[in-house]
Amino acid sequence: MMTKAKSILLSGVVLGAFAIGGVSLVAVTHGSVGERIADNQYQAMKRKLDTILPAEQINNDPLQDSLRVSARDLLGADATQVYRARHDESPVAVVLEPVVPDGYAGPIKLLVSVLHDGTLGGVRVVSHHETPGLGDKIEEAKSDWVLDFTGKSLTNPPLEKWAVKRDGGEFDQFTGATITPRSIVNAVRDTLLYVQQQGEALYQPVETETATIEGGQG
Amino acid sequence: MSAPQSYGSILSGGIWSNNQMLVALLGLCPLLATTTSATNGLGMGLATTAVIVCSNGTVSLVRNLVRPEIRIPVFVLVIASFVTLVELIMQAFFYDLYQVLGLFISLIVVNCMIIGRAEAFASKNRVDRALFDGLAVGLGATLVLTTLGGLREFVGQGTLFHQADLLLGDWAKAISLSLGEDFQGALIAILPPGAFIGLGLMIALKNLIDQYAKRRAAARAVPAVRTDPSPA
Repeated sequence: MMTKAKSILLSGVVLGAFAIGGVSLVAVTHGSVGERIADNQYQAMKRKLDTILPAEQINNDPLQDSLRVSARDLLGADATQVYRARHDESPVAVVLEPVVPDGYAGPIKLLVSVLHDGTLGGVRVVSHHETPGLGDKIEEAKSDWVLDFTGKSLTNPPLEKWAVKRDGGEFDQFTGATITPRSIVNAVRDTLLYVQQQGEALYQPVETETATIEGGQG
Repeated sequence: MSAPQSYGSILSGGIWSNNQMLVALLGLCPLLATTTSATNGLGMGLATTAVIVCSNGTVSLVRNLVRPEIRIPVFVLVIASFVTLVELIMQAFFYDLYQVLGLFISLIVVNCMIIGRAEAFASKNRVDRALFDGLAVGLGATLVLTTLGGLREFVGQGTLFHQADLLLGDWAKAISLSLGEDFQGALIAILPPGAFIGLGLMIALKNLIDQYAKRRAAARAVPAVRTDPSPA
């Protein structure tokens, strides 16, 4: 019996040693490259923002000047990050990260920049699960479709024309994929509505990073 | 136990005769999910190779220390640690590629090929052989992943090694090939069924080559029976 207990103990000790060894290895690596990873994420985000913001008019760092808002009805998620671009103290644009809840194959994450006058600075798809070759034309790398949003606003085209052509609207759909563009057009429109609703509130300076704006009845 | 395998037979086994993906059909999940382009296949193959070499080496080093009844959990721990390591390193140095492959890198943990080599080879062989076996098996997997990725990318999208610069640096733009913007590919190649069909074709091709080689060998072994030269 003694040997059995001993053998169980020994196995436990060996297993524990491997667990500790593995965790320390990962921890050490994470410690040494963690900063680099954070920097990569920051740079990647910055590159994305730069393509949809009028860079020459901005002199702050929108990534450092962000706000967390909550408006599930219009922005698709319980928490949405809002980055504010300014020139000195005057507002230039906000960039939101709305989620399209009704994509063809799951949620689609967008990056939408809205200039202070209410026109779109640009729309980009951050992540999606749409069908390759059909719905994935929403990616900038695959087609120019998403670039058509740039310069549009709630009055151009008028609100009732914010739909794909099949639904009597202004926006193209793709051959074989209507659901994806339709849901994105709706989400971009809702984002514009949200920004219009909130007005200057989105540009208010915040004391703490966790400041939130509640509301957004839609 | 029989005499240890020679390096040559480890190499040919890993790449051809016992190719874990074409013969054992292990690691189908990453094979099917990530081979939408040659670059993705190559990236996934290299990441898998790194993990399998590290895990084979470690498992072989501790093979006399680990009692048989806990060897599987120990293998899993070792593999999971190395996969996390690879994931972190990829995020730090190949961030763009990580954004493409991200989700699947962590799935290397459940790739049966790796635990299979740990159990079947590394836990019974010296470190040098275990490391070499990891390299050979990883190379075999990388070849299959890259070929299948290239096949699917070419048929489905009309490109080859598109975005290879994400993985290999700017010079790799030279090996990117494109049939042009207007190429309307066969969508099925990119979709999941395309992976099954492509893999099936590759297995069939391998078996054909093996059969042909076997027939040639048989014909050469009994030259006296046949007087006419066998058709080449």
